Amino acid sequence: MIVAEQKPLEEIKGMIADAETVLVLGCGTCVTVCFAGGEKEVSILASQLRMATRLDGADKEIREFTVQRQCEYEYNEVAEAHIQDADVIVSLACGIGVQTMNEQFPGKLTVPGLNTNGLSQPTEQGVWEERCQACGDCVLALTGGLCPIARCAKSLLNGPCGGSQRGICEVYADRETPCVWDQIYRRLEELGQLEKLMEIEPAKNWHTSRDGGQRKIVREDLRL
Amino acid sequence: MSDNGNIVGSKLEEALRAGYFVATGELGPPQSADRHEIEHKAQFLKGIVESVNITDNQTAVVRMSSISVAVMLMELGIEPNIQMTCRDRNRIAIQSDLLGAYALGVRNLLCLTGDHQTFGNHPNSKNVHDLDSISLLQVCRDMRDQKIFECGDAIKGQEPRFFLGAASNPFADPFDFRPYRLGKKARAGADFIQTQLIFNVPKFAEFMRRVVDLGLHEETYILAGVGPMRSLGGAKYMATKVPGMEVDPEYIERMRNSTKDLPSIREIKEMDDPEEAKAARKARKEAAETEGIQICVDIINACKEMEGVAGVHIMAIEWEEAVDSIVKACQIGPKYDPARQTA
Repeated sequence: MIVAEQKPLEEIKGMIADAETVLVLGCGTCVTVCFAGGEKEVSILASQLRMATRLDGADKEIREFTVQRQCEYEYNEVAEAHIQDADVIVSLACGIGVQTMNEQFPGKLTVPGLNTNGLSQPTEQGVWEERCQACGDCVLALTGGLCPIARCAKSLLNGPCGGSQRGICEVYADRETPCVWDQIYRRLEELGQLEKLMEIEPAKNWHTSRDGGQRKIVREDLRL
Repeated sequence: MSDNGNIVGSKLEEALRAGYFVATGELGPPQSADRHEIEHKAQFLKGIVESVNITDNQTAVVRMSSISVAVMLMELGIEPNIQMTCRDRNRIAIQSDLLGAYALGVRNLLCLTGDHQTFGNHPNSKNVHDLDSISLLQVCRDMRDQKIFECGDAIKGQEPRFFLGAASNPFADPFDFRPYRLGKKARAGADFIQTQLIFNVPKFAEFMRRVVDLGLHEETYILAGVGPMRSLGGAKYMATKVPGMEVDPEYIERMRNSTKDLPSIREIKEMDDPEEAKAARKARKEAAETEGIQICVDIINACKEMEGVAGVHIMAIEWEEAVDSIVKACQIGPKYDPARQTA
């Protein structure tokens, strides 16, 4: 899923400095599941902003609302009255939600309350690890189901590099992050498919990734 | 040898093909626009090694560009071996730079993935990694042997013809896969291999046995990576702090013993006469350096005995003066190899 983290309070305060009425708008989908931008986080942030702006002597009207999915127009329509009342909207959705809001309500500026972090898997309570970079040309069949684009610090297609020791990647200061190419090696060994690692992967076509420009899927069979 | 290494005419290639036990060196460009530092270091390598690797922003620290230093070395009569990493350039920039490097006279090229920028002085930079070391080798081989760019377009006119090298770390994991990965590099176009610094001779010997069993020493020339330790502190640092490096405890012990009969650092601090203290510090430094060089010589001599080792790559970065003593003691390289003197 898409995971995100809340921006520092000071940064959010800076973005709403000129407003009198502020709407904190949550999203009930991915960011609710990762505890960054759901109803509960909206409530906490709204309280923090009320207190902080009061302490600063710049009392503001801070309102709160959460829609089910901020990246689709029809879900945002139910919040329209709140949106029209606000001078600025602090979105606690991912970057897609923030942009949808700005496009749908061009008369209002929606600012991001979160930093969108990536496409991650919750690996334990309170931990999300990146798993996919949406490169547009999935290689998981070659690599035992582990993604070297997202999980190798150098996105190697012919790993592991010389910085892999005892299963750990040299890049991270924690000295705990696994080398995904070591994991790929062991997975293919278990599957009896090590011969896959003898193949040379030539230069990848990155055009399907962001490098080809903004991507767009058009499904003629689904269009009205 | 496979025929993918058509003669490019470099001294390095010729010496390897002639079957000499080859020595190459390394020079780290300055973190400034000062060419005098290069001239200073170059004097210690000229005529002593076959060719000199010029690092490409090693450890992701901004330095003078490899290709520009290569030109300066050629002016000084030294054959360069430029290093090219995939960290800072995409396939367009890499091919463009290599066309220029060939036109300027460079003939040897070491293809690397590159250290991650986290280690360097610009950790907030964006990395590229459009290619990796192995796909980079394929691109360079195809430019040379197929006269095509990566995209498939023909190179109309002179193609860049490099003697192609790659790195190998026998001490990285998984150990079982390392010889096969070296094989992938040979198949992708590596005419020669330069290994990570060796301070664990038995493990390297095991690695070479596996490489030889796979016949890879017949496909590519393998140069064992060596270098002198300069102090006990440096030896310990390599043993504990440098990822992908293994140091035999015997060498740490030898470095420690090299100064044990001399006044200790504490005793030197307590000396009343500054001149005496200075001389004592110098004596400790020289004793450690002599032992560091001797360990390097011992490792080279051990490598000479191993089947499949075609030479050594001596990495004495910031201590280029040591290289002459090392090759002299080992009787290798253009200046000291007895086989070269009669040829």
